Amino acid sequence: MRNIGIIAAKEIRSYLNAPMAYVVTAIFLALSGTFFAAYLAGTNYSDTSLTGFLDAAGLLILLFAAVLTMRLIAEEKKLGTFEFLLTAPVRDAEIVLGKFAGSIAVLTAMIALTLYFPLLLIVFGDPDLGPIATSYIGLLLIGGASLAVGIFASSITSNQIVAAVVAGGILFGLWFLGIAAQFAAGGLGDVLSYLSLADHFPDFVRGIIDTRAIVYYLSVTALFLFLAVRSIETGRWGQGQ
Amino acid sequence: MIRVRNLSKSYRERLAVDDISFAVGKGEIVGFLGPNGAGKTTTMRMLTGYLVPSRGDVWIGEHNMATESLAGRRLVGYLPEKVPIYTDMTTRSYLTYAARLRGLDRKRTKGRIDDVVVTCGLADHIDVILGKLSKGYRQRVGLAQAMVHDPQVLILDEPTAGIDPIQVAQTKALITELGKDRTILLSTHILPDVSAICDRVIIINKGRIVAQDRIDNLSATMNSGKRLRLTIEGPAEAVSEALRRIDLLVSVTFQKPHHYVDYSFDQEPQAAITRVMVERGWTLLAMEPAGMDLEAIFLKLTDDAGSIH
Repeated sequence: MRNIGIIAAKEIRSYLNAPMAYVVTAIFLALSGTFFAAYLAGTNYSDTSLTGFLDAAGLLILLFAAVLTMRLIAEEKKLGTFEFLLTAPVRDAEIVLGKFAGSIAVLTAMIALTLYFPLLLIVFGDPDLGPIATSYIGLLLIGGASLAVGIFASSITSNQIVAAVVAGGILFGLWFLGIAAQFAAGGLGDVLSYLSLADHFPDFVRGIIDTRAIVYYLSVTALFLFLAVRSIETGRWGQGQ
Repeated sequence: MIRVRNLSKSYRERLAVDDISFAVGKGEIVGFLGPNGAGKTTTMRMLTGYLVPSRGDVWIGEHNMATESLAGRRLVGYLPEKVPIYTDMTTRSYLTYAARLRGLDRKRTKGRIDDVVVTCGLADHIDVILGKLSKGYRQRVGLAQAMVHDPQVLILDEPTAGIDPIQVAQTKALITELGKDRTILLSTHILPDVSAICDRVIIINKGRIVAQDRIDNLSATMNSGKRLRLTIEGPAEAVSEALRRIDLLVSVTFQKPHHYVDYSFDQEPQAAITRVMVERGWTLLAMEPAGMDLEAIFLKLTDDAGSIH
């Protein structure tokens, strides 16, 4: 735990010292705010929900998680600091979990900055707070899974762009499985739908916390973090990373 | 402190390190020599736990790196060939990170950093962003992170690479000082560095150890009474030519101002040489047995690798 904390703290400081996290947060807030406001304007301010924001937020988080995680391991390989990290008395899993903890802290802060949307709704209307709370839980779960995929992608290359593209490919693939599911018949459709990152989210928006959905998101997170650890271990058997 | 037994590493087809064994004791400074691509870096990466060996064992202290890698790594300070530098951190934040990862608490970390920035000549660069440092200073930061947790074993891959002569002298003095109560393995291809600071050398070529011994022994072994250094007053070319005609001599080389002649150890060519000098009217000022310096040993060993030992 101690090592995870040290690595997470270092990663958070790196985020705060570089422009990337600020740019990502600014764009995320601008886009989210636009969708949030445009929907309310569309209903002529008769609705008091986050619908506009939530319809876009999942995909935005996917995209920005890929951007936030692309440098986490790939950059260390390029700089040669990965050799420093891998020869420190730290487990490979602690490295991965430390980086995951650091990135989820930043993503959580980014998502938390949108809390002024519900605040506005409370001030000017009477929103249903239950679904809003569960929606935020859902967003965090999607965020965690996306970051795990991003960290895995970053662990297989020393090129940040490649890492971002691979992460984006996996994430959008998982997201749009839901659309593929609509065309597939019967059992296959159900399976695809269950595997889709997108299809579990509407429950959270409706205020339902479904254990299957939580299990799904946590499983995706654990699977990709595990794959990242294996990818680092595999590197030790080769020529170095 | 470092023990290596039958260590091998192969990358797909290529055998980078081929069945090497050696040990480095406490308080010893050992030079690890070899041309580029000889397997020095690969070996050091296996010693530090960065790479897993294809075959063989490594012990650091009492710890087998295959089964107790973390405990072994805790004892080691490592300067990789490519100096690990987080370009967005300052010297202080980087050294703090390095010390904390190796298990030091906050208080001890602070004290150690105050020490190493002085020993490594970084006191004026403590709050500088590492990305802005010159090559020489990056090398110093690399050395500082390797010793910040006061490790018993230091593994330094080319510690004097890319730094100017004054810094080289400082680094050598620092390593000598550190080596008094620690175990140091350092690789280099700059030979004078080794003969100045190392107790012992291990010479590696094409993945195999071609020689390992104390520097003076190595030189004696190689020499085995077969080389003479001549100081002759006369035209160098003609003298070489005349020496070459002496059957007893295996080879003749001229390195201003001396001629060096090699001969097989069961021969005694001194009389023949004197006779030729007298016949040609040249003055033989001195004739003495010569040991080979490290450079000569190194070139000879890596030239015909495998034929020695």
